[in-house]
Amino acid sequence: MDIAQTESEMAACVAGASGPVAIRGGGTRGLVLPGEVLTTSGLVGVQLYEPGALTLVASAGTPVAEIETLLAAENQQLAFEPMDHRALLGTSGAPTIGGVVAANVSGPRRIQAGACRDFMLGVRYVDGTGAVIKNGGRVMKNVTGYDLVRLMGGSWGTLGVLTQVSLKVLPRPQAQATLCVPDCDMAQAVKTMSVALGSPFEITGAAYVTDRAEVLLRIEGFSGSVAYRTGRLIDLLDRLGAVELRAEGAASGAIWKAIRDVEAFAGQPGDVWRVSIKPSDAPLIAPRLKADALLLDWGGGMIWARVPAGTDLRARIGQMSGHATLVRADPETRARLGMFHPQPAPLATISAGLRARFDPRGIFNTGLMDRHQPLGV
Amino acid sequence: MCPAVWPCLGHGGLSNPVIGNINLPKWGVNMDMPTPDARVLARKARIVACLQQVLPQDAVIHEVAETRAYECDALTAYRCAPMAVVLPACTQEVSEVLKICHREGVPVVPRGSGTSLAGGALPTEDCVILGVARMNAVLETDYDNRVIRVQSGRTNLSVTGAVEPEDFFYAPDPSSQLACAIAGNIAMNSGGAHCLKYGVTTNNLLGVTMVLMDGTVIEIGGAHLDAGGLDLLGLICGSEGQLGVVTEATLRILRKPEGARPVLMGFDDPEVAGACVSDIIRAGVLPVAIEFMDRLCIRTSDNFANAGYPDCEALLIVEVEGSEAEIDAQLAQIVDIARRHDPVELRESRSPEESARIWLGRKSAFGAIGQINDYMCLDGTIPVSELPMVLRRIGELGREFGLQVGNVFHAGDGNMHPLILFDANLPGDLEKCEALGAEILKLCVDAGGCLTGEHGVGIEKRDLMWHQYTPADLEAQMAVKDVFDPSWLLNPAKVFPLDASESRRGSKRAAELVGDARA
Repeated sequence: MDIAQTESEMAACVAGASGPVAIRGGGTRGLVLPGEVLTTSGLVGVQLYEPGALTLVASAGTPVAEIETLLAAENQQLAFEPMDHRALLGTSGAPTIGGVVAANVSGPRRIQAGACRDFMLGVRYVDGTGAVIKNGGRVMKNVTGYDLVRLMGGSWGTLGVLTQVSLKVLPRPQAQATLCVPDCDMAQAVKTMSVALGSPFEITGAAYVTDRAEVLLRIEGFSGSVAYRTGRLIDLLDRLGAVELRAEGAASGAIWKAIRDVEAFAGQPGDVWRVSIKPSDAPLIAPRLKADALLLDWGGGMIWARVPAGTDLRARIGQMSGHATLVRADPETRARLGMFHPQPAPLATISAGLRARFDPRGIFNTGLMDRHQPLGV
Repeated sequence: MCPAVWPCLGHGGLSNPVIGNINLPKWGVNMDMPTPDARVLARKARIVACLQQVLPQDAVIHEVAETRAYECDALTAYRCAPMAVVLPACTQEVSEVLKICHREGVPVVPRGSGTSLAGGALPTEDCVILGVARMNAVLETDYDNRVIRVQSGRTNLSVTGAVEPEDFFYAPDPSSQLACAIAGNIAMNSGGAHCLKYGVTTNNLLGVTMVLMDGTVIEIGGAHLDAGGLDLLGLICGSEGQLGVVTEATLRILRKPEGARPVLMGFDDPEVAGACVSDIIRAGVLPVAIEFMDRLCIRTSDNFANAGYPDCEALLIVEVEGSEAEIDAQLAQIVDIARRHDPVELRESRSPEESARIWLGRKSAFGAIGQINDYMCLDGTIPVSELPMVLRRIGELGREFGLQVGNVFHAGDGNMHPLILFDANLPGDLEKCEALGAEILKLCVDAGGCLTGEHGVGIEKRDLMWHQYTPADLEAQMAVKDVFDPSWLLNPAKVFPLDASESRRGSKRAAELVGDARA
């Protein structure tokens, strides 16, 4: 298939498709899907960036790095801190903004700033019939009709091919610091993070590194404010045990990049899962995983687990409120277990209904989110 | 951010306009509702009897004199008493009601507290109003996980009220928050003055229990931060009660900041005020609120509330949060930026009393305008950079139509609230006002913005959807409703232009009724 250089070429590619298509941004997720590859790599460029309005509009295939460089020049950033999957998954290529949006990729700052979907202002996409659809726009508040913007975020290309996204951006904090609470077991760790997150001091990262048994907390903002809040937080947490200032500035940044990208699991054997739960459930659910390695982010609400290849982690968890996503595994395991948690019947019916409307021929990323549904082609 | 509009309507010449299939003269703004279904009306007694079997006696209202209490929401110019009103107390009762209405082919209009400014809860003669007011319990407060679970009829402010003793709050703060229900907040994806920092409803909603039109109860999300699968939660937020009836909601709660204080700034030129807003944001400060008022609103609200506002063209109120020292540092930075724009006044609050005084005029702006005139409050949103052009053009349009327009809005996020002054007792003035409103909203769209930032489309902006969306765009949205509510019975005549949704509403309803008659 030719590489579409414009939205209308993309629409023509979709309309002319005679079978399944595998939509690909930078190809950094290591997914192998049936059908011809449809890449967004020809759809690049930033159409609009207004620092004074905190707004950015870019073509879906634009590399994230290019956007981050542009924002950094104005002391701004993508506040949802999207992870770079390459080290963890052993992939190459360049992550694209469309790929980030399609997978709703959100890093440690999700607990305070929000997820990728919370920063989405508008989308343009090509649906399964080849029609170009727009929804939302480039303004911060918009209830004009249904919110298909968020629906497209995290839909993994199963509802349409994103061609353009509008995002809200935020100021890049002037300073940051990382506090460490050492020697915590998991229950203590989740309690400590809960106390910190329930304080007025605006924690922007709360992780538990299990192999070192330490809680890490990030504070960001203007330097005077960071110093003040760091001091107050140390006072607050001192009641629960020792607290130390672990790092500031770039060194603190490096700690959170490692957590964001789950660097500890890169190059290590086994499958990688990400389990989204209520934070206080972490001490109950983590032991059931019997994982080789764990990393808790989002104050305990996100468990990264490394387990022996082929493990059915969902079976190990059993009943849960939340969901488990298979992030890294060989194709056989992926095919057997599916990437996404099965949904209860009424939700699965709605999801299947939406897919049937947005992609009536069932050609987009087949088997990815709809593995329990018959393929349409 | 506005309380009741058109406060004088109901006492003036338009006190009893009849809607339904009767056309009021219009300047191209169509607020008609579909012709009520005679076959549904003919079966009223049977339908009411069915509802009475699943609900307590006092939860089914069907006497004409009593249903009139539900004839409108805060878009009071349009009224129509519903066929019946039900006030269920729990998810199960909602499910039973919807099963009956689904089976009988009766349209259902969900209603929170009826504070919609867009006619979102406007009934039709053949509909059942499903009010959630009796479902107002707090089901669970969980400070460790920073969530609260409530029934959807609970008012916005009382959600914060439930967690305030522990110094927590629920962030979205629409100005109707004393009265408006969480159900309506979800339906309209409500915002408020503080959403520049905290986001709108969709950013603070983690889970719902919702009943589909056929009575199926579904659960989406929960206390975890990202619901699995497709983002159905995002889809439901802002769907104006057309996809399902939300009965319970899990909401994110936040710890209150240590403090907050505003600074007031006056400028001789609205464009300069706009540039100042942009510079503040570019400097990396993220205020919790940036509010803008123009001369008409400054003078009117100052006369009304005696807030001591300066006599100038544009006024900004910028509020920041944190500890005393953090607030001082941020305000110093903001004041520094403002000085570069030659303000005619700079008044930094030093105490709660001074803060209250700065906010006083802004908070009474709508009431103050209401004292001098009837008004219509618009809700278009524009890119902040287009502010000067849009303000200038609104002034020109106002002169063309011979109506005054005041501007109060959330400047940080571009959510405008132009207030068009008119005289409800003057024949034709309401129509002229609506026509001007439509032109202003089209202007917002043409400037790169949208028709509505937080009030919703309802019936008010239905036809203007053609200005923002192509037929394919609208088809994609209506396809979503097809999935959730295939028979198009939930709040069917809202959001989409009637001509766009007609085939769905008409034929499917008819087919269903034929099926029903055969059975």
